[in-house]
Amino acid sequence: MRIPCPVCGVRDRREFTWGADALALDRPAVDAGEVAWDDYLHNRENPAGPTRDLWYHDACGTWAVVDRDTVTHAVHGSSLAETARAGKAAAGKGRA
Amino acid sequence: MGRFSGLKVIWEGLRGQTGWTPMWRDPEPKAEYDVVIIGGGGHGLSTAYYLAKEHGITNVAVLEKGYLGGGNVGRNTTIVRANYFLPGNSEFYSHSLKLWEGLEADLNYNVMHSQRGLINLFHSDGQRDAFVRRGNAMVNQGDDAILLDRDGVRKHLPYLDFDNVRFPIYGGLLHPRGGTARHDAVAWGYARGADQRGVDLIQNCEVTGIDIEGGVVRGVQTSRGPIRAKKVAMIVAGRSSQVAAMAGMRLPIESHVLQAFVTEGLKPVINHVVSFGMGHFYISQSDKGGLVFGGDIDFYSSYAARGNLPMKEHVMDAAMTLMPMIGKAKVLRSWGGIMDMSPDGSPTIDKTPTEGLFVNCGWNYGGFKAVPGSGFSTAHLIATGQHHAPAAKFRLDRFLTGRGIMDEEGTGAQHNLH
Ligand SMILES: Cc1cc2nc3c(=O)[nH]c(=O)nc-3n(C[C@H](O)[C@H](O)[C@H](O)COP(=O)(O)OP(=O)(O)OC[C@H]3O[C@@H](n4cnc5c(N)ncnc54)[C@H](O)[C@@H]3O)c2cc1C
Ligand SMILES: [Zn+2]
Repeated sequence: MRIPCPVCGVRDRREFTWGADALALDRPAVDAGEVAWDDYLHNRENPAGPTRDLWYHDACGTWAVVDRDTVTHAVHGSSLAETARAGKAAAGKGRA
Repeated sequence: MGRFSGLKVIWEGLRGQTGWTPMWRDPEPKAEYDVVIIGGGGHGLSTAYYLAKEHGITNVAVLEKGYLGGGNVGRNTTIVRANYFLPGNSEFYSHSLKLWEGLEADLNYNVMHSQRGLINLFHSDGQRDAFVRRGNAMVNQGDDAILLDRDGVRKHLPYLDFDNVRFPIYGGLLHPRGGTARHDAVAWGYARGADQRGVDLIQNCEVTGIDIEGGVVRGVQTSRGPIRAKKVAMIVAGRSSQVAAMAGMRLPIESHVLQAFVTEGLKPVINHVVSFGMGHFYISQSDKGGLVFGGDIDFYSSYAARGNLPMKEHVMDAAMTLMPMIGKAKVLRSWGGIMDMSPDGSPTIDKTPTEGLFVNCGWNYGGFKAVPGSGFSTAHLIATGQHHAPAAKFRLDRFLTGRGIMDEEGTGAQHNLH
């Protein structure tokens, strides 16, 4: 498996550490309550097929959101986790 | 089918093996059952068996989307042990091992259970302390554990690299009642026993929906039509999240791939189950002679049932470090299975918020040894509505409440740490 780092380009999987499902970017508010926090920390969609998850590029220190498929191991692309989170934050503000 | 016996084997040998009949029926699904079990792996089949045997509940169907034993129960490295540390796990695996010890007589089926002894090696003073503690917990539970020093290990496993510069061997914890069994025979033995007691085993029958009315389960939708049921149990290991989603649930489960390897058949050389303490590697030798070994999960979520090269390399590195002689053996095959990983590394056998719907999941890489105990305890819960004492701590809400988390490795109750 090879993974595209948004900064360095395509690299061998050995250079990366898998983090979590990209849902980790949707952190609940501190006072959201234990049910929301339990759901965030423990429960998962765990999709069989397309997924978005977080990979850390050990070589350059970048967190990337990777689009890939859990059934075929095909990797389709990636973006900076920072950008993904900023996008979410902006969307969140828009809704408020 | 009748009973198996030595006499019958000889008799069939004399008449050209013409008298054997299929081990179970191939029934059409009925319109309704008292209990429907989703998943024909080890845990689903043992649950059906004990429902019939212990509780007299025989109007039961096991629905399997593929063939019986085609999942992890037929893909694992077959290690059976009771060397768990924490209350909750300790009594459960202890009970399961006792069931293993009577299993062949109980099932009238040779599952080739071999208590050849399991040795976990340690390579530092700190590791020795941890194993002393674990050994004491095992003894307190009523199971067996013997601390071996370096020479003690050498007597059992002379072929190891004892003086490896980085990872010298300090000793090992021997669990004499640990060992292996023939994995598919376990599935077949339970299937045959359940079938003989009236359970319908229905293969090529994928569950595609769970019918719930007013918070009560009514049945399932399948590729072979709807089936009504008073109670439904989801026992699908690596597919737990998909099936639970049919009941509107999100489980604390991530599916990961775990790989295993087997070499060409060799003469008997490794008589125990051995695990390395400084890398992910454990090994035993099958009765056919192949060296069967494995390591850790690949560490990314996957349903591919095959792994990637880095973990293969890690396992081979560790193997060469611990027992250089293995370099002469040729690896014949490698494969992967989809593991239902839980945040604390421990399983769940519980009711769900839907009345009549039960869940059995979260076996991580250790659910083969659990097959007898899990089926026994799950059947007890389905039949009586009460948790069976040895499995009473396997609760679904432990991550919410924080009570009863069983993190054997002490790394934190968080995904991807076990
Ligand atoms: C490489 C490897 C090594 C292992 N080594 C060990 C070991 O040494 N010791 C140990 O104790 N454990 C080990 N394990 C773990 C053990 O194999 C599993 O924890 C255990 O087999 C899981 O339970 P099961 O047997 O019920 O699962 P499975 O056999 O996977 O059964 C689940 C069944 O559900 C079916 N199913 C799924 N979805 C549906 C649906 N919608 N409708 C109908 N049916 C469905 C599947 O087809 C499957 O047959 C290992 C696993 C692997 C992969
Ligand atoms: Zn990079």
